Amino acid sequence: MGRKILFITTDQQRYDTLGVNGGTLARTPVLDRLANQGVRYERCQPTSVVCMPSRASMLTGQFPSTHGAWMNGVPLAIDAPSVAENLHDAGYATALIGKAHFEPFMDPFGRFAENSLANLGIPTIEQPWFDGRRGVHRGFDYLEFATHGVMGPLHYAKWMMANHPESLGGFYQVVDGDLNVNAAGGGDSGAPQVKYNDVPREWYHTDWVAERTIDWLNQQESSRDWFCWMSFPDPHHPWDPPKSEIGRVPWREVDLPVNYLERASEREALIDQKARHWRAWYDGTLVSNYEAPAKWVPATLTADQVREVNALNAVEVELIDEAVGRVLRCIEDKGWGDDVDVVFTTDHGEFQGDFGFLFKGPYHVDALMRLPLIWRPARVTKTAPGVVTAPVSLVSLAATFLSVAGQPAPAWVEGDALPQSDDEARTRGHDATVTEWDSSLFGVDVHVRTVLTKDHLYTEYAKGTLHEGTEGELYDLRDDPLQRVNLFSDPSLANLRATLHERLRAHEDRPGERATPGIVMAPV
Amino acid sequence: MASLRHELRIAAAPDEVWAVVSRPESIPEWFPGITSCTVDGNVRVIKTAIGLEMPEEILTNDPILRRFAYRITSPVYRFHLGVIDVIELGTNDSLCVYSTTAEPDTLALIVAGGTVGALAEIKRLAEGD
Repeated sequence: MGRKILFITTDQQRYDTLGVNGGTLARTPVLDRLANQGVRYERCQPTSVVCMPSRASMLTGQFPSTHGAWMNGVPLAIDAPSVAENLHDAGYATALIGKAHFEPFMDPFGRFAENSLANLGIPTIEQPWFDGRRGVHRGFDYLEFATHGVMGPLHYAKWMMANHPESLGGFYQVVDGDLNVNAAGGGDSGAPQVKYNDVPREWYHTDWVAERTIDWLNQQESSRDWFCWMSFPDPHHPWDPPKSEIGRVPWREVDLPVNYLERASEREALIDQKARHWRAWYDGTLVSNYEAPAKWVPATLTADQVREVNALNAVEVELIDEAVGRVLRCIEDKGWGDDVDVVFTTDHGEFQGDFGFLFKGPYHVDALMRLPLIWRPARVTKTAPGVVTAPVSLVSLAATFLSVAGQPAPAWVEGDALPQSDDEARTRGHDATVTEWDSSLFGVDVHVRTVLTKDHLYTEYAKGTLHEGTEGELYDLRDDPLQRVNLFSDPSLANLRATLHERLRAHEDRPGERATPGIVMAPV
Repeated sequence: MASLRHELRIAAAPDEVWAVVSRPESIPEWFPGITSCTVDGNVRVIKTAIGLEMPEEILTNDPILRRFAYRITSPVYRFHLGVIDVIELGTNDSLCVYSTTAEPDTLALIVAGGTVGALAEIKRLAEGD
């Protein structure tokens, strides 16, 4: 028997939402304890700041430009590589419970396996694998899906429809009549994607994901290793946690985020230093991507709306922390505590008021790119607790899981296993990570590449609908950790810019086989 | 209003490609996710794999131009026009073009996404694989 793996993800969670990372709004004692027992990463970056490409990178260990799911709405090829297939081959029982999103949600034809197997109510289906064999879907023996709402064919929605139809109306309607991300406001402040939800806490998807995970764990034999990906849909918008819980964080008492400037002129002066699509979105003249409500203008965001969104987000984070605690208790009760590696992270961040924005898009700053990441190695390894400040990436997760399982990383994995200390990071050359953005929607193309080093965050915008191919952003993280002063045009930094440009070019020129980029099949 | 287009080159005579797409009742054979349909005159009602029923009006079925056009009349669409053109490139060489114009824009994207799989199936059937 080897080490079991509990992989916990949330959706759209900022680094600073955890107490151990300096967060002050949400109480997160379970995750804080986990971090203090294991390795906490201070600079984890996604490969993409939207769900599908980022999640596909976790599964494949590849960048979006390699795995081919380059924007939301592009399904990951059914025979793309999957770390779960390798773990399955190594004898692991494999499960994914909660939000997958390797394939589009909007699927009236039921063409995608995630939707069709959920609709059929079956735990998995046989599909082609990367190596030419056939096997369980993407390597998972057991799949049970949830997402942010209660519509559609996924397991959680069907469970709610069948068992608690009286509570369906309590949830925020994620999309509007045009199937765009809904801009309708709610709560006390009228903030978009906010609603006070009268669903009882135990029926909310956070608790459902934890309970379904516990149920699956209870069915596993102690002698068999397992890999369980427990994937919470929160704290991604909509911000509609159970109303019974919102008193935990009274929104009127919430301090404004340090990167939200109340005076519009000061806020706009910061935005105007950045590439032009920032201001275009702020003013509502152009929404470049589907993930933000098409009918919402960021310039209308009020301080109270920022406070309320942050409060409800914190409530959702607390519910996740408590749900994780229940699952960890189950693992201890079963006597597996010493043998389980626990990895906690998210797919990307959320503006939550920074620079006057909510949601996400092609804006590569810490709000969207600095992620919580915790690895608590199994206690049998006697790994010393620590903090890694070197840049690391979610692209390293697949190789990390394989190393835990004692399996070699296959040739298709682009990221090597996570370091457990800064010394190890230095020795193994973990000194920079890259985030990609490519989107093409209704005639608007945006292409962005960003490299993060210990000291700098550097972004280049390739030629597209909004950019000439000459724009960029450069922030010195030592003097400007909030990324307010864009140094891209500073002539005295030409050499630095050239060095960082070479980093991005090396990323583009990296060796290895790339999948044919997929086709956009749906908005998300 | 959004307008999208996908196309696929097919190693078959245009009449063979046209034979696949021109029978309105044949759509479950080549449009992934459409499991059945009924046809009554120029009204076709399709049923999808998740049980959704959508009524359509057939606008054009022109064997000379090799153009099949239809619109989804479900109220969720403010406008929809789907057009399949089969264009002769050579004796055993055709181009099949599937265009989708719709409002709301999002629905154009979803239906056009479906036409990608439909073109692959049309090719498979026309080429006799």
